[in-house]
Amino acid sequence: MAETVLMRNFQRASSHTLAVYRDAGGYGAWEKARAMEPAAITEAVKQSNLRGLGGAGFPTGMKWSFIPKGHTGPVYLVVNADEGEPGTFKDRYLLERDPHALIEGMLIAARAIRSALGFVYIRGEYVQPWRKFAAAVKEAYDAGLLGQGFDVIVHRGAGAYICGEETGLLSSLEGKKGWPKIKPPFPAIKGAFGQPTIVNNVETLCCVPPIIDRGAAWFSGLGTKTQGGTRMYSVSGRVKRPGVYEASVSITLRQLIERAGGVTGTGRLKAVVPGGGSAAILTADEIDVTMDVDGLRNAGTMIGSAGVMVMDESVSIPEALLVLARFYAHESCGQCTPCRESTGWIYKMVHRIVDGHGRKDDLDTILDVARRGAGTTICAFYDGAVGPYISYIEKFRPEFEALIRK
Amino acid sequence: MPKLTIDGKEIEVEAGTNLIEAARQLGIEVPHYCYHPGLSIAGQCRLCMVDIEKAPRPTIACNTQAADGMVVRTDTERVQESRRSMMEFHLINHPLDCPVCDQAGECWLQIYYMKHGLYDPRMTDEKVHKPKAVPLGPHVMLDAERCILCSRCVRFCDEVTGTGELGIFNRGDHSEIGLFPGRDLVNNYAGNVVDICPVGALTDRDFRFQVRVWYLDTAKSICTGCARGCNIEVHVNRRRPHHADGRRVARLKPRYNAEVNAWWLCDVGRYHFGFVDGPTRLTSPVRRGPGESMEVGWDEAVAAVDEALRRHPAEQVAVLASPQMANEDLMALRRLLEARGVRQVAFDLPPAVPAEGDDFLLRADRAPNRRGAELIGLGGDAAAILAAARSGRLRCLWVFHHDLLAAGEAAEALQRVETVIFTGTSASATSDRAHWVLPAAAWVEREGTLTNFEGRVQRFRAAIAPLGAALPEWDLLGRVLAAGGGTPAGSRAELWFRELARTVPAFAGLTYQGIGDAGQMVAGATSTGAPTPPGRRERAGA
Repeated sequence: MAETVLMRNFQRASSHTLAVYRDAGGYGAWEKARAMEPAAITEAVKQSNLRGLGGAGFPTGMKWSFIPKGHTGPVYLVVNADEGEPGTFKDRYLLERDPHALIEGMLIAARAIRSALGFVYIRGEYVQPWRKFAAAVKEAYDAGLLGQGFDVIVHRGAGAYICGEETGLLSSLEGKKGWPKIKPPFPAIKGAFGQPTIVNNVETLCCVPPIIDRGAAWFSGLGTKTQGGTRMYSVSGRVKRPGVYEASVSITLRQLIERAGGVTGTGRLKAVVPGGGSAAILTADEIDVTMDVDGLRNAGTMIGSAGVMVMDESVSIPEALLVLARFYAHESCGQCTPCRESTGWIYKMVHRIVDGHGRKDDLDTILDVARRGAGTTICAFYDGAVGPYISYIEKFRPEFEALIRK
Repeated sequence: MPKLTIDGKEIEVEAGTNLIEAARQLGIEVPHYCYHPGLSIAGQCRLCMVDIEKAPRPTIACNTQAADGMVVRTDTERVQESRRSMMEFHLINHPLDCPVCDQAGECWLQIYYMKHGLYDPRMTDEKVHKPKAVPLGPHVMLDAERCILCSRCVRFCDEVTGTGELGIFNRGDHSEIGLFPGRDLVNNYAGNVVDICPVGALTDRDFRFQVRVWYLDTAKSICTGCARGCNIEVHVNRRRPHHADGRRVARLKPRYNAEVNAWWLCDVGRYHFGFVDGPTRLTSPVRRGPGESMEVGWDEAVAAVDEALRRHPAEQVAVLASPQMANEDLMALRRLLEARGVRQVAFDLPPAVPAEGDDFLLRADRAPNRRGAELIGLGGDAAAILAAARSGRLRCLWVFHHDLLAAGEAAEALQRVETVIFTGTSASATSDRAHWVLPAAAWVEREGTLTNFEGRVQRFRAAIAPLGAALPEWDLLGRVLAAGGGTPAGSRAELWFRELARTVPAFAGLTYQGIGDAGQMVAGATSTGAPTPPGRRERAGA
């Protein structure tokens, strides 16, 4: 069983306070980092094989190194606390139970990328996490940890999944509609307010203090050859003990489900969504995969935000797809044509199928439309919608066809 | 300068050229909606995808700058399939309004569907419904269902006029164009959003339901609404006189000129053509005596005007020319005055309603050819001429276009003049008091040149025939000149222009051919180019 790294403080009383965080060894990494060269911090994170835990799995150290050298204007650090991916609920616990871990991670990251100003974008629906985090920020200012070369602005969102897309978040932060920006240019070159910006997920930054404290090699060794460390898996659905489970990224899906107490409902596993709503679904005989970025990519799906949704035999896959199709139609920002038009249309078609008015060409139409739009959009939102559209129908087609024949 | 290959053809382009423009230079069309060279890049429609060597997927051409050695293909099967897909996506919720939509015939959904789509539609669910026939200010009508959300109109109001009235509201396929709360589309450039809207979402209220565009003919022309002389196209309905209540001029559209107006036209100019087919046009020479007003033929009118000019001593004859007249007209007038020895001429009368320019194209000087009138030497003391008229010292006064009574002159000034001649396009209080009315053809009914405020000489061309018996001024002036034994330059406007180029040094060396469609500067004049749009100007302290 791997160590508890990210959730190490969760069971302590008043774990969200500065005193308890310090007592547990908190801000020791920041002291170490202050004596390091910025480039050395980035190098340590590179060596740790830390990969983004918000969804894209991009190597964190590499992302930090994209900031242009010699840039004389401001560099911004933006924390993505929008946690909107269906089935994901891990960042909220970090914000509520260990907010100082994020602040410490931000301080170290800011030093590495030479940023003097950080923004934490918290989804509007997270009221308690916001309160706890904002209180921690105040404690940090009062203790002289913040405001000595690095400031933090806490910004609340107003309810849109697309504001969790990194450039959608930046647009929203800038006071505009949360529309993702066309890339290139990428945020590290031209991000918030036109300046070089690093956007990192909450959990990703919470990994940084342990990396500095205990070493890149230690962190790297906790995981696989291509991804270091542990991560927090949000397990929900038909399991005995839904909740957040921290494990090495090398854990298999089967092992994770067992940790969560095994399958409830009929007790027979039907399918699992391994990486948040946008991940392609896995069938019951595909669960011997390692839950790391490359392991799931090779299995034709993705770890994404590690939102694990377990379905037993009593779950209707078409109804599950309906829930997601409605989500994507509702959350599409509407900026670019393929996503805007087809998410709504596909939702209508899935709705008709579930209602028993499906037509015989509907399934092939949904698949064709999804494939035609994939890879053509401004951001990956549509590709996230395509994951379920295609995998649910391809892997469980007879179940859909049964509804159409009725 | 990067050198790249598109569809096997090599081309060298300026650094910073995007692939749509690079392809255009090779005569290759990359279909697109949201891209517009006068606006920022949006990258939203996804129609302009092209295949670039080494890129794993088709990439949008509008946001890709030409790079040295780049190899681009717009003709691969992948690109064709991509275009077909995008056409299907655009049409999923589009209402089948073609039979009642003004855009039909010039609609880019129609055009690109026929060229790149041609698939059988398979969307059989209920389409999303949005507001239809929503007026946006006095000139624009919005149909939100037809909108393809290319955001050109929003970007226009943000980046060109800087007024920001329009936005996109809601999310996903419920997104719609609309006005921000409390705003209306009342900037002086509202008509341009109709031009740039690729579909029938934004249509012109003046043009609404008038005539189908495939019945229209076009002529290149110049706007006569102010001294800038924005380049335009005149669209006329010659083929279906029973449509649009017989209105011949259907609409004006801007024509691109980098040095004058770029892509844009102000609303004052765009909608100033109503008089051409209006009820007050002067269509026949008129003789007016005490208690009688009679339409006569040109021969009689010309002979009478010639006689009036020669009967009185030259000091008792005066002419109020107009900065509305074309260069050719002014040249013909000058020759006539020289032949008759008439020295009292002026063109500069203060306007009845003083006008203001705006912060972009519209000039305070609402006459199109003041510069021409100055250069051709018809400047003088208008106040003195009017004073002479009032005090009875004038026997003959020929007024071109001006409505003196609207400008504040008392009727007595005209009453004390024995022979008042009026030439203009439309009836006015002044023309009603003239003894002889010689009707002028409107600018869209003839050709000629105008000199804008910067000294740019620009050609306008005839789109329709003159109404009734109206004639271009150079023509009627030439006839009067001939009646008195003089020799007019010829029976074409161009011959008068050649006469002008021979006579006035500023115009030396200019020819109709050299002027072409972009215009030419008079000697000694320099062009500052089209002005920077207000939406793009640096704000103080920014």
